[in-house]
Amino acid sequence: MKKKILSAVLLCTILLALLAGCADSSGEPEDTIFVHNWGYFIDRDVLRIFEEEYGIRVNYQEFVNNETLYSALNLGGMRADVIIPSDYMIARMIDEDMLYELNFDNIPNYALIDPRFRGLDFDPDNRFSVAYKVGTVGLIYNSAMIPYEITSWSALFDERFAGQILMFDNPRDAFAIALKYLGYDINTTNEDEIYRAFELLVEQRGILQAYVMDQIFDKLESGEAWIGPYYAPDFLTMHGNNPDLRFVRPVEGTNFFVDAMVIPRGAENRTAAEKFINFMSRTDIALMNMSWSYYASANYEAAAIFAAELSPMEREVVFVGDEDYAKTEVFLHLPPHILELYDRLWVQLRG
Amino acid sequence: MNKKPGILGRSYTALILLFLYAPIAILIIFSFNSTRSRTVWTGFTLDWYRSLFANSSIMDALYTSLIVALISAVVATIIGTFAAIGFHNMRSKWRTPLTHINNIPMMNADIATAVSLSLLFITLGSVLRFRLGFGTLLLAHIIFNIPYVVLSITPKLRQLDNNLVDAACDLGCTWMKAFWKVIVPEIRPGIVNGLIIAFTLSIDDFVISYFTAGGNIMTLPMQIFSMTRRRVSPEINALSTILFLSVLVLLIIINIRGARQEEKQKKRQAALNK
Amino acid sequence: MKPKYFAIPYVVWMAIFVVAPIIFVIVFAFTTPDGYPTLQNFAAMGRFTNIFIRSFWLAFVATAICILIGYPIAYILSREGPRLQKLMLMLIILPMWMNFLLRTYAWMSILENTGLLNRFLSFVGLPTLNIINTPTAVVIGMVYNFLPFMILPIYSVIVKIDQSLYEAAQDLGANNVTVFRKVVFPVSLPGVLSGVMMVFVPAVSTFVITQLLGGGMVMMLGDLIEMHFLGTAYNPQLGSAIALVMMFVVIIFMYLVNRFGGEEKVVTA
Repeated sequence: MKKKILSAVLLCTILLALLAGCADSSGEPEDTIFVHNWGYFIDRDVLRIFEEEYGIRVNYQEFVNNETLYSALNLGGMRADVIIPSDYMIARMIDEDMLYELNFDNIPNYALIDPRFRGLDFDPDNRFSVAYKVGTVGLIYNSAMIPYEITSWSALFDERFAGQILMFDNPRDAFAIALKYLGYDINTTNEDEIYRAFELLVEQRGILQAYVMDQIFDKLESGEAWIGPYYAPDFLTMHGNNPDLRFVRPVEGTNFFVDAMVIPRGAENRTAAEKFINFMSRTDIALMNMSWSYYASANYEAAAIFAAELSPMEREVVFVGDEDYAKTEVFLHLPPHILELYDRLWVQLRG
Repeated sequence: MNKKPGILGRSYTALILLFLYAPIAILIIFSFNSTRSRTVWTGFTLDWYRSLFANSSIMDALYTSLIVALISAVVATIIGTFAAIGFHNMRSKWRTPLTHINNIPMMNADIATAVSLSLLFITLGSVLRFRLGFGTLLLAHIIFNIPYVVLSITPKLRQLDNNLVDAACDLGCTWMKAFWKVIVPEIRPGIVNGLIIAFTLSIDDFVISYFTAGGNIMTLPMQIFSMTRRRVSPEINALSTILFLSVLVLLIIINIRGARQEEKQKKRQAALNK
Repeated sequence: MKPKYFAIPYVVWMAIFVVAPIIFVIVFAFTTPDGYPTLQNFAAMGRFTNIFIRSFWLAFVATAICILIGYPIAYILSREGPRLQKLMLMLIILPMWMNFLLRTYAWMSILENTGLLNRFLSFVGLPTLNIINTPTAVVIGMVYNFLPFMILPIYSVIVKIDQSLYEAAQDLGANNVTVFRKVVFPVSLPGVLSGVMMVFVPAVSTFVITQLLGGGMVMMLGDLIEMHFLGTAYNPQLGSAIALVMMFVVIIFMYLVNRFGGEEKVVTA
């Protein structure tokens, strides 16, 4: 009797194991797409609406920064149908043949994308990407702890704020600040300039509290840290939780970024992916996402409607004024030997 | 040295227990905090428990962790039992090196096993056309669980009196029957222990899962880790409280069962001694 | 069906799932990103010396603290009455069953600049401590997580010491200190060694503790390896080389620890 029970249990578990193993790896039973996006970059209700309208399930995952996404895709084995990296990373992926071309017949809403964000340097022939959100980097600080006006990147290297300073946990954003502060081009391939930026960053380590990405929300809102660089629209989210916070685009200039939707090689459901991209470019959906995250949409209709709803201060943050815009720079793809240098210096900086 | 520890010893123990439990107590207390602050108490609420159960990412991850732990523990125990018996019956010429190889996943650092398995799966995957996902996650858990099962069963096998098996065979059993009727009951505590250890290790594993689950599946520890890289929500505290209570209840049950079994043993001994 | 052949499926299993992965790591370690054999990954190892040193040093400190704190507990525990021993044991094991990430996360609330420790210190008028994001925080996290792994092996060895040994020593005129020195301590060493292995290896290779409590400011081998596989400096070949060197050093360390342990004669009645 006992033996029979045991054999039955054995059989059941083996069957369960086989079933469970097969159920996932080979393919989802229904139509599903796998979407990888930045954190806090979407109104989750949007996914629900998509699933209802199209009957396609969305497996939604968030990544921490462009480089982590790149690693996960390259290491292999990860299924992704739509990913939303930044300009320079898209340029790199195109260069390394990591993307599929888009069939724009499936993306009619592309007409709603602001012409200013088409055919940019990272995708000059516009074959691979559809812009999703745009914005700038800026400096956020706690006015209760820092009671005077900050105007320069120098604040991030200021001894007076030792132990209260946060910095970007990704190489391009971190180096860009150092390069801008030193007056260099953020896409410089001059190795001396890069080394000088590196030395500045090494010096900064002594007064730094931590390297962060999305951890910055908690830290600035709770007063755990006083000052840090981050993406402009996130300031509005933080400000909602802590009105003492202030925002500034430093005088030296800053980075203007475009995050766009692309389909990586290895995507299994390209048509569904293109439907998703088209869906996200719809005005009402873009408005939902904007209201949730404050990031300006590349859809010009939605952007205009949203701009009208904002206060002047908020508009300044989300949409760059012409004066500040002139001082911004977009990231370009760097040649491989410079990328290697960045990698090496970044590991050395962090180590 | 029959003396029990004095006041000094006891105070020291109390201090260490305080050290061990203070962080857990803090987690539990702040799971009831009415704001999302983890350090400033503002009032009592059960909201975080409600939003915890509504949080589909966490619940999905919990489900994945439980299923993976359950299946991998059972499969590892089955494979491990037969492996242990096989090893036990080998000559030490073969047994020693094979045992050493068996111990590698246990002795190796987590991250070393994780990295090596991910390289294996990715290389095999590109040839045999499969991706990282639930299957590789489950497989990885089975792989690192088996050595612990073997380790748990082997001492019991050594204690096994070979005369019992011989006696059974003399009485006319085939080896298979002797296996089920004699060996398994004797090593059962080892099997059960192995199962429990495997389950626990699997539920708690982070590093190996992180490298072998691929980017689309999350176990509970992976989900928690990803949450700590963003806004930290007191939902984590609520989760901690529930996990702590479950583990507490589980341990109490195990202890009560253990005490009852000891009582049985004592009675049996007493009866035999009469 | 002979029982020893039961192991054959498992031997095949081990070949595929235990041995092959390590071979893959070795192959990757000696390859360039383009796929050619090379020694460049190992040549680059010199850049990471400070990280290696830091990892081994912090792991050593954490292990030493675990021994200092844990040994007395194991000893005191073994002296208690059976019921209390069981209870205490359960209390020590219980945190181990709690999720490792949650236990580490708990310390963030305590050690942060606006955390509970600093709130308490300001409340009583003492200056605040900046512990979070420093190696100290990482060591605290390691000790907290691994202390039970040190206590249990030592306890399980000490508790098995036969009563008659104590009585014999006392009959020979030994006082408590001598009994400890000549009986308990030598016997407990295998337990200590066991504990050292169970603490040192995870401590050297952790990356969760450093990321949660170190704020990216304390980089150890685990972080370094993770960075090259799934992080911000993708280079799995270099990462494999680092992992290989780490495994190698750890193996040597464990071998030495075992040799040292083997030297001691274990006394059992």
